Amino acid sequence: MSLLSIENLSLSIHGAPILRDVSMQIEPGRILGVIGESGSGKSMTAFAAMQLLPDGSVCDGRIELNGQEVLDLGEQDLCRMRGRDVGMVFQEPMTALNPIRTIGDQVAETILIHEKVSRGAAMERAAEALRRAELPQDRFPLSRYPFELSGGQRQRVVIAMAIALRPKLLIADEPTTALDVTTQAQILDLLKRLVAEDGMGLMLISHDLAVVADLADDIVIMRKGEVVESGPADSLFRTMQHPYSKALLAASTHAPDREGAPQDVPLLQVQDVVRDYTVHMRGWWGKTTTFQAVKGVSFEIRKGESLGLVGESGCGKSTLTRAILGLEEVQGGSILLDGQPVFTGHHANRDIRRRMQVVFQDPYGSFNPRWKVGRLIAEPYHLLEQPPAGRAKARAIAEALESVGLQSEDQHKYIHEFSGGQRQRIAIARALIIKPELIILDEAVSALDVSVRAQVLDLLADLGDRFGLTYLFISHDLSVVRNVTDRVLVMKAGEIVEQGETKAVFDAPQHEYTKQLIEAAPVLPADVA
Amino acid sequence: MKGNRNLWLGGGLTLIFASAALISFLWVPYDTTVLDIANKIKGPSGAHPLGTDHFGRDILSMIMVGARTSIAVALVAVGIGMGLGVPLGLTAAAKKGSLLDELIMRGNDLVFAFPSLLIAIMITAVFGASALNAIIAIGIFNIPVFARLTRSGALSLWTRDYVMAARVAGKGAARISAEHILPNVTNLLIVQGTIQFSLGILAEAGLSYVGLGAQPPTASWGRMLADSQTMISFAPHMALFPGLAILLTVLGLNLMGDGLRDMFDPKLRRAR
Amino acid sequence: MLRYFLKRLLSLALSLVVASLVIFLALEVVPGDPAAYMLGINAQEDTLAVLRDQLGLNGTVVERYFAWAGGMLRGDFGISYTYRTPVAEMIGERLWISLPLALYALVLSTLIAFPAGIWAASKRGSAADVTVMGVTQLGVAIPNFWFAMLMVLVFAINLRWFSAGGFVGWDAGFAAALKSLTLPAVALALPQASILARVMRSSLLDTLSEDYIRTARAKGLSRGQALWRHALRNALIPVLTIIGMQFSFLLAGAIIIENVFFLPGLGRLVFQSISARDLIVVESVVMLLVFAVIVVNFAVDMAYAVVDPRLRTRR
Repeated sequence: MSLLSIENLSLSIHGAPILRDVSMQIEPGRILGVIGESGSGKSMTAFAAMQLLPDGSVCDGRIELNGQEVLDLGEQDLCRMRGRDVGMVFQEPMTALNPIRTIGDQVAETILIHEKVSRGAAMERAAEALRRAELPQDRFPLSRYPFELSGGQRQRVVIAMAIALRPKLLIADEPTTALDVTTQAQILDLLKRLVAEDGMGLMLISHDLAVVADLADDIVIMRKGEVVESGPADSLFRTMQHPYSKALLAASTHAPDREGAPQDVPLLQVQDVVRDYTVHMRGWWGKTTTFQAVKGVSFEIRKGESLGLVGESGCGKSTLTRAILGLEEVQGGSILLDGQPVFTGHHANRDIRRRMQVVFQDPYGSFNPRWKVGRLIAEPYHLLEQPPAGRAKARAIAEALESVGLQSEDQHKYIHEFSGGQRQRIAIARALIIKPELIILDEAVSALDVSVRAQVLDLLADLGDRFGLTYLFISHDLSVVRNVTDRVLVMKAGEIVEQGETKAVFDAPQHEYTKQLIEAAPVLPADVA
Repeated sequence: MKGNRNLWLGGGLTLIFASAALISFLWVPYDTTVLDIANKIKGPSGAHPLGTDHFGRDILSMIMVGARTSIAVALVAVGIGMGLGVPLGLTAAAKKGSLLDELIMRGNDLVFAFPSLLIAIMITAVFGASALNAIIAIGIFNIPVFARLTRSGALSLWTRDYVMAARVAGKGAARISAEHILPNVTNLLIVQGTIQFSLGILAEAGLSYVGLGAQPPTASWGRMLADSQTMISFAPHMALFPGLAILLTVLGLNLMGDGLRDMFDPKLRRAR
Repeated sequence: MLRYFLKRLLSLALSLVVASLVIFLALEVVPGDPAAYMLGINAQEDTLAVLRDQLGLNGTVVERYFAWAGGMLRGDFGISYTYRTPVAEMIGERLWISLPLALYALVLSTLIAFPAGIWAASKRGSAADVTVMGVTQLGVAIPNFWFAMLMVLVFAINLRWFSAGGFVGWDAGFAAALKSLTLPAVALALPQASILARVMRSSLLDTLSEDYIRTARAKGLSRGQALWRHALRNALIPVLTIIGMQFSFLLAGAIIIENVFFLPGLGRLVFQSISARDLIVVESVVMLLVFAVIVVNFAVDMAYAVVDPRLRTRR
């Protein structure tokens, strides 16, 4: 008998269908990976199993947990089930914990709510649960508050909370998506160990094929509220039938073709760049300290090259980006584009600035919602002494839109009328319009679903060849960097610890940190990739 | 849907009182400057739908003329608050963490320590009571309200990537504030504007009631209530109708504010 | 915690200094010589000079400011131009009405608003919620002095449950004194309670949609348990801000309400002093009220630190 058995589950919220005929099983001690892009209904399936659905939800079908029909349970019985029989871990560790209560208090609450034990006893068991989640008491006492912990540590608290009563089933909804790659690997190891120790079933939900493939015993692939493919992990990748599954797999491993080879001429030269921040300790009048975000970084990008910059959050890559773009002055070293400084006499050099553009990560926050697309795209014209006007401008906007695969009529629409992938194309059009030589892609595909990401990467490769563009590709995602860049820099704590040909770095990393990163990055099984 | 209902109901009430004020410039049932002692303190009747006051003046006409005072005072006070508060808030946000930001915000805190009534008392003590001084007092109090709102709205916008894109396009803080920040805080400002407008009407009524606002012969709702107070036991209609006028105007503006907020931000509708 | 406390204390002291400067300078520009006003037009120049000296009107602006501010620190507010009695005494008497009235109203407002706001939020969209929201919508819009007049009409004139105005004095016993402050306190509290209930409700609804509430529910807490144990304390932060602001509105609002009920409080004193051009009394009362507002804001800042551990340790 399965631990959790979902049969023909359909769900609608206020009449809108969300799930249709979803079925899946989890056995004790096994890991079920649920894969899907945004809107596939994978999270809703998990919330349905917990019966923590939004108001107006109607479920139909069967959800059997441990021999009990969940859909027949009343609210009281559901409360008794949640936390005791099923634990849950969420995507956003930064907001999943109550900010004003101690971690010990919050873990102990799971125990106190289900069992009649003293507070002291519950705290002792909370300490034990935290220890199992690898937060030992000597370093992370129960009296810590969430804001004193990092994202990965908070996720461990959430896990400790979920496993405190040794539930039979653990549901983890994108548990590592918000985390850095090395932290992700540690959390996944932790989950795997807990499953083995307690004989729990684990439902692991992710958009990342590689994360799931590494860990899961069984896999379910979902799309638009339906299960399109399911089976044991070791055979599924070879035997999959559904065109969507195949496309998803292809997109995950997609490597766009780029034809032009880089010339042996440097375009951007970064030499010994230092960027200090003055940190005010107590208001502007108080004591100040300096924080060095970039510590003497040097590298070059050749014309037509695609250079990757890899590092985890807080490593200084965003600061470096702002310095290259001439938005902030550096305290030491020089940044030259085609031999000319980006910053001269405390002012950004306009002539240089107009030869670089940038594409940001967030397809939703990158555009002023009150402007039409035409005006948004034309914004970089501000950098030109004599920007085109009238028909010349309209023609340039149309050209830019068409070159990224959109229609020239789209310039009269507002940004909310476009999907995430289309918005990223518009962002690229905005970067292209003043015909720059260098485009900085700041996590430009990180927020996109894999299939859309593959299309945008193809577009970038194609544009690079057509316009002779040079790319600085900043990402935390090693698989993307590996597939699209010629050379790669690895950055840690404000320094570049390794650089070289992408293939060489990935195949034979020299620096300890690079090894860790590559080791930690989840990969698809070799025979399918 | 509820948001729309609020908007229509509130907008309707507001429109009634705004048009009463406008119509009073052209026509009122009775001239409010002419006393008619023979008809003093009459309850509602066919000739005087809302009755007459202790000088025999028609209360409906007085309310129509009084609406002018209330609306004018509140409108100008909101104008002062927005006109000074919004630029201050935009500047503070653009220069976040600087000495200028700190000065603007501490200045705001200081003005907040003086409730509008205290400002009015001080101004009256210095310059004497008048409608103009009521406007200034309420207006000064509105400045920090709009400055804070603008700053907090602007601060969250400054972290958006589209502001970064504008900086990459070589635009300075002033241009970014005008092109990207201000248009995206206008919704907030409109909603707060209606709320401050209604608070302004309440404040004007309170000031006039204690004699710190509009002076006779200017008709004002607050003064009408002050006049009615000693006669409330035998002429309750004199207190009832001006009070209702204030209540309904303020209610209308508040409902309109809620409705506008729901219309601008459907996400808030859920949380409200 | 200590650093936060000291920082707030410093900011409190600074605010007081600047506020006193503003008040002093504002009344400094008033034309006319109070001494001449007090003695009438036939006064001798030498008696005028003596009186000016007594009133502290001689010396430069800077000297006078320090004399005034220094006096206030010692509890010496100067001498009233019209009554020729120490201002501190006059204020002291009146304070025993105004301060209890504001506190009474604040307690009432909180006692009404908290249950109403929590109830409405926990039953969002229900008839209870709609009723609370409707009533508070009216409560926010009603001018408090008009509401006070209506209450006088109903409860004092028609039903005769309360007297229509005046204050029996604390000598008449606590219950009797409280009773004569009840109608004014209700009139003050109702609009504030409406605002507070709405803030409580919307703040609670905001926190109820936070991720950590979902986490709590996944642990097995019921909706009600999640609300009481996790949402409420987090929702208190904006509510505290409003309570702090309300105290200043209540103090100032009391000035108007005292007029309706003929209560011999600070408000009456201010209006008498304005019409008598007894500016030193106006100056002192305004300074006192501003002092109260600043101190209450300080208390609210301290309350934040109790609620929110992030303020206690950081900064």
